[in-house]
Amino acid sequence: MTIAASKFQSLELRGVGRRFGGTDALVDLNLTVRAGEFIALLGPSGCGKSTALNCLAGLLPLTHGQILIDGKRVDTVAAENRGFGMVFQNYALFPHLSVEKNIAFGLHMRKVPKADLKRRVAEAIALVKLEQHAKKLPGQLSGGQQQRVAIARAVVLEPRLVLMDEPLSNLDAKLRLEMRTEIRRLHQSLGLTTLYVTHDQEEALSMADRLVVLREGRVQQIGTPEQLHNNPANWHVADFMGYRNLIDLDVTAVNGDVVTVQDEGFTLRGTAVQPVTVGERVRAAIRPEDLVVVSPTVPVQGGNTTTATVSVVEYHGREFAVDVTTSGGLSLHVRSDHAPAVGSVVELTADPARVLVFRAALIDPSTLSLEEKELAEVRR
Amino acid sequence: MSAPTMAGPKSTQSTASLRHRLAERGIDTSLLMLLPALIFALALFVYPFSYGIGLTFQPSPATQQQWGDGVFSNYAAFFKDQFVFDSIWLTMRLALPAALFNVLASIPVAFKLRHRFRGKKLLTTLLVLPITLGTVLTAQGLLIFAGRQGWLNRFLIDIGLIHQPLTLVNNYLGVMFSLVISGFPFAFLLISSYLSGIDPSIEAAAKTMGADWKQRFRRVILPLLAPGLATTFILTFVLAFSVFPSARLVGDAMGSTRVMALMAYRAFGEQTDYPMASTIAMMMGVIELVVVAIVLMWRSFLYKGSTGGKG
Repeated sequence: MTIAASKFQSLELRGVGRRFGGTDALVDLNLTVRAGEFIALLGPSGCGKSTALNCLAGLLPLTHGQILIDGKRVDTVAAENRGFGMVFQNYALFPHLSVEKNIAFGLHMRKVPKADLKRRVAEAIALVKLEQHAKKLPGQLSGGQQQRVAIARAVVLEPRLVLMDEPLSNLDAKLRLEMRTEIRRLHQSLGLTTLYVTHDQEEALSMADRLVVLREGRVQQIGTPEQLHNNPANWHVADFMGYRNLIDLDVTAVNGDVVTVQDEGFTLRGTAVQPVTVGERVRAAIRPEDLVVVSPTVPVQGGNTTTATVSVVEYHGREFAVDVTTSGGLSLHVRSDHAPAVGSVVELTADPARVLVFRAALIDPSTLSLEEKELAEVRR
Repeated sequence: MSAPTMAGPKSTQSTASLRHRLAERGIDTSLLMLLPALIFALALFVYPFSYGIGLTFQPSPATQQQWGDGVFSNYAAFFKDQFVFDSIWLTMRLALPAALFNVLASIPVAFKLRHRFRGKKLLTTLLVLPITLGTVLTAQGLLIFAGRQGWLNRFLIDIGLIHQPLTLVNNYLGVMFSLVISGFPFAFLLISSYLSGIDPSIEAAAKTMGADWKQRFRRVILPLLAPGLATTFILTFVLAFSVFPSARLVGDAMGSTRVMALMAYRAFGEQTDYPMASTIAMMMGVIELVVVAIVLMWRSFLYKGSTGGKG
């Protein structure tokens, strides 16, 4: 294996921002990437993650901030001279060139000597296991094979940084899982530094060393998959991390971190992630797995219990996914080890540590500009 | 060895009705929708065309007297009469450069107009507007604008740039201007649509792999655009080759712009030699087909598949 990533110590994004006309697509992105890291930019469509990637690639000029590699600015360098590899969502293969020539394209541009070029192309093709398809045109390949070509084409240049823009979103579920492992394997074996854009939290959690969650162009949280999974910084991140129960409740008591929240006929104790006060309207986030139906084998946890009426029961193999409705009309997704009868009232329990209580307002209004406040008003 | 009699793999007989089976092969009443086009093609193209071919083998007595007896007398006249034969070269001299210029000049303009910017709509409209004018109006305009006493010459003399008026019409240049005015918008529209069919991320990919704009154009855009360029060239060439009104109105009809269409018209209108006019028209078609065939042959060596864009 002679393909290996070129090295740098750190890549630093300082206050990177991009405006389109009058709207901010990306605001004040600060991130330091260490060599060899796999970073996922995660967020819903339109959150600025692709903008961030295109800014890094040099396909979009920055309107604010700087990008530095080992202290040297690269945001002023043209895209063709940055030495980054990029994998596009639609693969963007050259349709008129064979697999081999697609992969050789970048090496040709760098005027790599012929013998060296041949060897490196052959290695890259072997790396993505496309030996039998080397002479084919991209149009003759399946989606997964095309994606492999796109990846080989990017890594054959031994880039300092590999940028991937939702590379798996056009593939079917089974292939997506395979390619996920494949990309992770290449990342590790070649010692690449990868920035990976996705809207799929599962993909991000399973592949990345660190995640950056974006919303409306702003960073919500940066951390390891575990940190984000267990301790989301706000309800938006929680929403993205699989906390499917996001319910608006009133705070009735605060005791240190432990707060009691309630709605009509529904009371739970939870943990305040952000400071809240009694009487405040807050948003509680609970994973379905953490809110369970009490049964002889599932005891009440920490004396934290409430009741609700069963509306839907689904069989999920080991357990049952149950949808319940509280007397106040809140709809909740919970789990159960048995199948409760639809229409029956069940007792629910959750560990207070796993009921996360956030402020309902996502962005601190004091940091917003006047225009943004007005915009927020209109959206409400 | 006696094999047990099995219900062998006999081809299963369709139980569907004849009508159903025909429909499956595309034969049904919806074929009637082709009827108007078929009648049109037969009445207005196939019949007159065959009749025209027939005429070319029935030379007039005058032609036979001058160029020898026999059914090929018209063709002998076409190839031996320098006055007629030279018109091939004169037509080519107009049509080839005009088509080439229209295609080549459209490429950078189409490139520039690919991206969004202020005034793009206005610029596109201005570029495409001449297509609505028609050749006679264009010719009239050219005579008034670029004639010896036209605005352009008077302006150039007034500002002291020239002392004698430039001869811009009633010659080769005049017809060339007219061909560009009517052919360029057409070429530009076609090439624009071909260009928008190329996925922009393909070019972005080439960029991230270190290709500068020249390399991107030569190695990525041009190969993908070339089939479109060939088609555009063929269409503008055919338009320019059959030039008639402007060759007469802003050209030198009996001199440098004595194009084939004019020769055919002369044989028909002035000499009332209908068979000879048909022969010239047929030869026009043959020469056009030769050029088209050469371009298509070149095109067949190029990549012709999908270009990834919106098409």
